[in-house]
Amino acid sequence: MSSGQGRVDVEVESKRPDEPSPGEAHPNTCRGCGSHYRDDELEQTLRVCPQCGHHFRVRARERIEQLADPGSFAEVDEELRSADPLSFFDLRPYTERLAEAEIETGLGDAIVCGSAKIEGEECQLAVMDFAFMGGSMGSVVGEKFARACERASSDGVALVSVSASGGARMQEGILALMQLPKSICAIDELHESGGALLSVLTHPTTGGVLASFASLGDVVVAEPGALMSFAGPRVVAQTTREKLPDDFGLAESNYRFGHLDAIVARSELRPTLGRLLRLFDKGRG
Amino acid sequence: MPGEAEMRLRERLSKLGGMKLLRGTKLSGELARLQEQLDHIRADPSAEEIWQSVELARHQDRPYTLDYVERILDDFFELHGDRGRADDHALVTGVGKLGGRTVVLVGHQKGRDLKERANRNFGMAYPEGYRKAMRAMALADRHGFPLVTLVDTPGAYPGVAAEQHGQGGAIARSQAAMVRLRVPTVACVIGEGGSGGAIAIAVADRVLMQEHAIYSVISPEGCAAILWRDAGEARKAAAAFKPDAVHCLELGVVDGIVAEPEGGAHTDPDAAAQLLEQGILAALEEIESLDSDERRRGRRAKYRVMGVLATT
Repeated sequence: MSSGQGRVDVEVESKRPDEPSPGEAHPNTCRGCGSHYRDDELEQTLRVCPQCGHHFRVRARERIEQLADPGSFAEVDEELRSADPLSFFDLRPYTERLAEAEIETGLGDAIVCGSAKIEGEECQLAVMDFAFMGGSMGSVVGEKFARACERASSDGVALVSVSASGGARMQEGILALMQLPKSICAIDELHESGGALLSVLTHPTTGGVLASFASLGDVVVAEPGALMSFAGPRVVAQTTREKLPDDFGLAESNYRFGHLDAIVARSELRPTLGRLLRLFDKGRG
Repeated sequence: MPGEAEMRLRERLSKLGGMKLLRGTKLSGELARLQEQLDHIRADPSAEEIWQSVELARHQDRPYTLDYVERILDDFFELHGDRGRADDHALVTGVGKLGGRTVVLVGHQKGRDLKERANRNFGMAYPEGYRKAMRAMALADRHGFPLVTLVDTPGAYPGVAAEQHGQGGAIARSQAAMVRLRVPTVACVIGEGGSGGAIAIAVADRVLMQEHAIYSVISPEGCAAILWRDAGEARKAAAAFKPDAVHCLELGVVDGIVAEPEGGAHTDPDAAAQLLEQGILAALEEIESLDSDERRRGRRAKYRVMGVLATT
């Protein structure tokens, strides 16, 4: 093990949604102030705690409902599914984990893409869902993101991405890592065509997604309190034995250090994106 | 009846035989070696072969970037600092002559003794290292010098300061810079190709891998800790995600494998350097004559198709 000491995962902090362990708070209990809400109450408030402003996680489809003009979203590439190029088997086969995630989430993979209007502005939307295998990026996420870039180019509209990811998907091995350059190549083509990428980071955006498309928006904004670090806090603490600052990797810290253009509260996200889309509209559509 | 190991070798052999390999690199060497293994069939599980590569890739005597630089490049002049705030010793950059032409070199650098290891931070770069790399890439582009990168890192450094200085963004931007370059680019994984820290300098027209190098999305220990909840299961993890050169070639992630001296690069660094030089030169010659836009389009097209989707 000597050669293994200090070698750590720098891509993946957590590959699955937090499992509520006994004694841990209910998902509808606010982590900020302990207030508890019914699901319909949280839906009303965009899943932001009315008491303290804590931003709960939002699933991809609900996020799209929050952002897109009613009835404007047209999903594409819904049928894409991951293959199992490595016949990956840890304690369970990858194919089994995929099937289970699909049943649990109702999604084919960790990203939902399509065309939409936000405040009347046409755009492409690519929204990640942390509930699907920790929002990990494998071949399907990379492919759908790249196709979203291509559609934005050909339609002459901007691409809005909303990320939520634990990083690259280990079960696809090196091919998962290759989704980083793949998404970046797609952004390069989008930029060449004059298109813009507006990147919204939500809790958490870490590892390979932060180290690729999420960081490369023409404008990069994050929700309050979102963790956005390349290596997760646990990995950093274990590797370096450093005491982590209270705001380690949070949007607020990243904003202070110059890695974000703005921190945007969820209630302001739709108007902010509408405003940016109007600013970047070059009448190409 | 052929054993499992033999079947596997035969399969690999037929796959390799049908593959378009680079001149002067893996090619014949690998085929011959596999044939030889087939001839003396042993019941070694391929998991063992994979773990052997993990150990060889991390061998303390394995040649590092600067060991190759002094053997391959003439007149190497090292360029220090990111012109912003620091000089990251985990990543070296410079200019030198390769086969008569000036090239820009970017490579991770590990240290061999305790003091040097600390100085090089075990080859784990901070964002400053990737910003230094981007500075060297911009220089290459400005002057039309081909870019050669040597990849050898356990991963980008996971620390508080690294995060505060923008590790994720630096890795993303370094890749974006490589996607845009107009000059020919060749990357070679010479030891550990560890995750984001590796891909940051490995987006190239031609990507090579030394025979016993590894290239992976996560370290075997990291993967084992998460999926098996026990870092001691690293061998199982490595066998599952297959970071060895042959699998990377089969998956289309690398374009060619550079043979190593029998027993690994550390047994004969001079011979390893010679093979590496041949491999890099052969790859460069393939792409140097292309028009710069064509090269960039080809580079993007190569990465655009990476990944495997289910056919339903």
